Amino acid sequence: MDIFLQQLINGLTLGSVYAVVALGYTMVYGIIQLINFAHGEVVMIGGMVALWTIGALAGSAGLPPTVVVLAGVASAVPVCMLLGWSIERAAYRPLRGAPRLAPLITAIGISIILQNVALMIFSRNPLPFPQILPNPVFEVAGATISLVQIIIIATCLLLMGGLTLLVYRTRLGMAMRATSENPAVAGLMGIPIDRVISTTFVIGAGLGAVAGVLNGLYYGIVHYTFGAMLGLKAFCAAVLGGIGNMAGAMLGGILLGVVEALGTGYIGEMTDLCHVGFLSTALAERCARDGHVVLFGSNYQDVFAFLVLIVVLVFRPSGLLGERVSDRA
Amino acid sequence: MSTPLLDVLGVVKRFGGLTALAEVSLTIGRGEIYGLIGPNGAGKTTLFNVLTGLYVPDAGEVRLDDAPLPLKQPHRVVRAGVARTFQNIRLFANMTALENVMVGRHLRTRAGVFGAMLRTAATRAEEKAIAERAHALLHYVGVERHSNVIARNLSYGDQRRLEIARALATEPRLLALDEPAAGMNPTERLALGQLVGRIRADGTTVLLIEHDVKLVMGLCDRVAVLDYGKRIAEGAPREVQRDPAVIAAYLGVEAAHAA
Repeated sequence: MDIFLQQLINGLTLGSVYAVVALGYTMVYGIIQLINFAHGEVVMIGGMVALWTIGALAGSAGLPPTVVVLAGVASAVPVCMLLGWSIERAAYRPLRGAPRLAPLITAIGISIILQNVALMIFSRNPLPFPQILPNPVFEVAGATISLVQIIIIATCLLLMGGLTLLVYRTRLGMAMRATSENPAVAGLMGIPIDRVISTTFVIGAGLGAVAGVLNGLYYGIVHYTFGAMLGLKAFCAAVLGGIGNMAGAMLGGILLGVVEALGTGYIGEMTDLCHVGFLSTALAERCARDGHVVLFGSNYQDVFAFLVLIVVLVFRPSGLLGERVSDRA
Repeated sequence: MSTPLLDVLGVVKRFGGLTALAEVSLTIGRGEIYGLIGPNGAGKTTLFNVLTGLYVPDAGEVRLDDAPLPLKQPHRVVRAGVARTFQNIRLFANMTALENVMVGRHLRTRAGVFGAMLRTAATRAEEKAIAERAHALLHYVGVERHSNVIARNLSYGDQRRLEIARALATEPRLLALDEPAAGMNPTERLALGQLVGRIRADGTTVLLIEHDVKLVMGLCDRVAVLDYGKRIAEGAPREVQRDPAVIAAYLGVEAAHAA
């Protein structure tokens, strides 16, 4: 089996989910310069709601599995949209004129509240996400790709394409871009900026809901904390691409997924002390006995996203596609 | 003066201890080109900001066609029919000229999120109409050949014209221009004067802040002079020019006596 190609496929799957979640961060940042740390929790709630719907429908009627999963998505999206709208309305709008730190701390607070509410509703146990879709595995040039992976990648590409069209081709998208460039002037040109900001949250939350369902389908398990880690990684992806930039979020998400998968795939081999077994006789003996003395294993998976974040912040703080900061025509 | 379009009634605006506008009242007639002049810091731009909903006045009222303007919500002021340009150009710098104007069409159109996502026939027809109207406006102000240029790459004069096109896209009854000729060369100023004349001829009332005395005198029907937040004169350009209070404000009291 070709480990490079295999990890590339896994990375693309992970990365496309990161990209969709990262879009939620970057859209909100682009329009009100707020890092909405509650976004990961919205994604988690999306996964949980879909779990409920799918669990309820899968047991009873003889519905085809595709329909059940679609029903899961169809229930998660409106719930998350409403949640996104309410969060903005209740927590961020009253702080519109406040210093930037205030809404940021509020976002963290909302994130903690949502996690704890989810803990009360969905219990602290990891919940199995029903694997009802048939999941045949295809062989590609020495690696494998499953139907679920194909569905995830295709859905995410579709969402990214749709959002790009929405933002660059429609009246609403134009209003969003205008508001993000200069809310005061946009208001003076007749754009109801509060409504545009609400819509941005609603769209971001809807995307997050789909990502939450896809994440459940992929890992087969959901937990009330999964949104936090997924959210943080997607945030890293958004920063990698250049926060506020939509193409950047998509690129950053996919890159981050690939880096994470390849890193996880190779970290064991890279940190195998037997490469330097000549340094000590004791080490050489263990190598001769066990074959490997691995310093970091694949359980260090989560490290890569944050390593990338640190590297980006040190060497290119505005991200890969980030723009120079300028506010004048 | 024709029938009044805009009534500014006793508007007061204070910033801490500074009174930027001290009970300013003025009336702009329908179809007029009305000039607002005064030394630097007189409160001209502050009055503009009040009229367009950017600042909430501490006292007073502004009425358009005898209905109070909703001064606390800029987008509703625009909906009521007051649009403006800015002294320091404020275009959407990273959008094309055409898109800038299309933004101005937002409030005169209605397609929502779902129409946008479902691409209904009505939405597509509307978006086509928006683009066509925007093209027409770019042609009107004379920047149509740059319609796909990113706004920040346009020449200074073209940026000023583009701002006017964007404001016109909102279909204002009153177009407020804040120093539209600033930084323009004489040829551009002449063309601008013609453009403003054409806008009025096509039925839009114009309020103009301008330092270029020649432009103001040639263009405006009536002029108000602000000094230290007070209206010190109003009338036809010729009369105002001879008003001792105005000369004092611009040149000092001694010069006024000499005149």
